[in-house]
Amino acid sequence: MSLGPVSTDIGVLQAGQTYRSVGDRIEGQVLDHRTGRLWWIAFGVSGCGMLVFLAAIGWLFYKGLGLWGINIPVAWGFAIANCVWWIGIGHAGTFISAVLLLARQRWRTSINRFAEAMTLFAASMAGLFPILHLGRPWFAYWLAPYPNRMELWPQWRSPLVWDFFAIATYLTVSLLFWYLGLIPDMASLRDRARQRWKALTFGLLALGWRGEARQWARHRTAYLLLAGLATPLVVSVHSVVSLDFAIGNTPGYHSTIFPPFFVAGALLSGFAMVITLAVPLRHFFGLQALITPVHFDNAAKVVLATCCLLGYGYLAEIFTAFYSGDRYEIAVTLQRWTGPYAFVYWGMIACNIGLPQLLWWRANRRNLALLFGLSLLINLGMWAERVMIVVTSLYQDYLPSSWGLYVPTRWDWLFLAGSICTFAWLFLLFVRLLPAISIAEMRGLVHDSAKEGA
Amino acid sequence: MKPWGLLAQFDSAEALLVAARAVHAAGCRQAEAYAPFDVEGLDEALGLPPSRIPAATLAGAVLGGAGGYFMQWYAAVIDLPLNIGGRPEHSWPMFIPVTFEMTILGGALAAVLAFFVAARLPALDHPVFGAPGFEQASRDGFFLLLRLDDPAWPRDEAERLLQGLSPRSVAPVQEVMP
Repeated sequence: MSLGPVSTDIGVLQAGQTYRSVGDRIEGQVLDHRTGRLWWIAFGVSGCGMLVFLAAIGWLFYKGLGLWGINIPVAWGFAIANCVWWIGIGHAGTFISAVLLLARQRWRTSINRFAEAMTLFAASMAGLFPILHLGRPWFAYWLAPYPNRMELWPQWRSPLVWDFFAIATYLTVSLLFWYLGLIPDMASLRDRARQRWKALTFGLLALGWRGEARQWARHRTAYLLLAGLATPLVVSVHSVVSLDFAIGNTPGYHSTIFPPFFVAGALLSGFAMVITLAVPLRHFFGLQALITPVHFDNAAKVVLATCCLLGYGYLAEIFTAFYSGDRYEIAVTLQRWTGPYAFVYWGMIACNIGLPQLLWWRANRRNLALLFGLSLLINLGMWAERVMIVVTSLYQDYLPSSWGLYVPTRWDWLFLAGSICTFAWLFLLFVRLLPAISIAEMRGLVHDSAKEGA
Repeated sequence: MKPWGLLAQFDSAEALLVAARAVHAAGCRQAEAYAPFDVEGLDEALGLPPSRIPAATLAGAVLGGAGGYFMQWYAAVIDLPLNIGGRPEHSWPMFIPVTFEMTILGGALAAVLAFFVAARLPALDHPVFGAPGFEQASRDGFFLLLRLDDPAWPRDEAERLLQGLSPRSVAPVQEVMP
C-alpha cells in the first residue's frame, strides 16, 4: 500500500513527511500517552498555581479590593495592567490565524492552532481581571444590555461598555474560528481513536464530518470569511482597550497615538508569547519536522517590526507631550524618566526596544535558546509597559495634595502569578487533549510541497 | 439487500480530481468525493453550486450592526434619555464602537451557522461511515461515491463508470449502518 506523496523541504516543512506521518505525529500527542514526566510536573505545578488563584479570588470576593495596593490616587493597579497585558498577548493568535491566512503565508499552518488556543486562554484571563476589579463583581452582568426591572441601560458613551462588547465579541469570534478549524481534525481523531469513549467524544465534537468535497468547500469559504471578520476585530479590540485610557483627560492617558500604539504592543507581546510556547512545545513533543527554524525566523521578524513600531509610539508620545506645551503632560513624561517608577520605564525600554534589536541578525533569529530568553524578557517588558501606563499617569496628576505612591501588595503579585499559572495549566491541558497543530492543513502542505518538489 | 451506493478508492488527490471530473462529464449529479484535506478544485470538478455563506454572512453583519446601532439609539434617545450638560442624546460617534463589534459578531455567527447548514452538519449518522476502509478518508484515502438512488444510473452503469477510472478498489455501501 503506497503512502502517498512525500514532502520535500520547503522551509516551513521538512522533507520526508507524508499524510500519515504528520497525522500520526500530531494525533499521537492526543491519543497515546506520550506526554512524559516533565508534562506531568508542569501540569501539577501550574495546577497548584491555578488552585491558589481560585482561592485568592474567593478571598478577594470575601474581603474586597483592600487586599490589593490600590487606593486613591492610583485606583487602577496590577489588575488593569494584567488585563491589558493578557488581551494583548491574545492578539498574536488572531493575527497568525486570520491575517496570515488572508496573506497566504504558509508558515502560519503549523503554528495557528496553538496560537489560537493561546488567544482563547489569554483573552479569558484578560476578561477575568476587570470583573475582579469591580469591587462588587456580582454586578458584572450590569454591563450587558438586558431588560431589567431598574429600567436602566448601559452607558453607551463609556469606553468601559465598549470594552465589554469588544472583549466579549473577541472571545466569541476566536472560539468560533478555533472550533471551525478543529472540526476536520476531530474527525481524524475520531477515526484513529482506539478506545470507544474517545472515539465517541471526538465523534460528537466532529459533528459527523465526512471530508466531503461540499463540506471542504463550505469550510474553506466560512473559514476565510471568519478570517476576514477577525482581521478588523483584532485591530479594534486593543484600540478599544486603549480608549479606556485615551478618552479620559488624565495626562499620560489622553493621547491620540494610543490605539495604534496599543495594537503594536499587543502584537509584540503576542508574538513573544507564541515563541515562548512554541520552543518547549517543539522540543518536548518532537515537532522539529513541523515547526522549523523558518517559523521562528519569521516570528522573530514580526517581533522586530512591532518593536520598531512600538519605539515610534514611545517617541511620538514624548514628542507630543513636549510639543503640546501642556505642563502636566510634560511633568508626567519627566516623572516617568526620573520618578520613583523610573526603573519600570527604563526596564520597559530595555526589554521592548533595546534587546529585540539583536534580531536584526539572522543567526540570532534562529538561535532558539536566545529567542526563548528574549521572548520572556519581552513579555516582562510589555507587562512593565502596561504597569507604567496605568500607574505613572495616576500617581501624580493635577493636584500635588492628592499625589500618592502605589505599592503592590503580595496579593497583587499572587494574582499576576496565579493568572500565569492558570494560563499555563489551560495550555498544557490543551496540548494533551486536542491536536496542537492543524492536521488537515499540514496534509495540504505535504501535498503542495510534494507537487513543488516533483 | 440493494446497496445504497458504490464507493471507489483512489490513490491520490490528483486521481480523485480526474475521476470526479470524468463522473461529472458523464452526467452523473449524485457523486460525492471524500478527501483528508481540502483538495483544490474538487468542488468545481463535481459541479457544486457557489456557496451562499458569503450572502448569509453579509446579512448577519448588516443585521448585527443595524441592530446594535438601533439598540443604542433606542436606549439613549427614547427609553433612557440623559441630559448631560445639554449634550446631544443621539451622539452617534460614541455609538460606533459597539456598532462595529456587533457587526463583526453578527457576521461571524451567521457565517458559522450558514456553514453548518451548507455542510449539512451536524449529521452523526451517514451510510458512508459503514463502508469498509472509509476511516482512511480522514487519513490518506481518497474516495468517490456514486449513489444508486439516481434512476439514470443503475448499478451496472455506475460500476462500469467507476471501473473505467482505474480505482484501487470499489465497494458497495449499504443504506443501513452495520
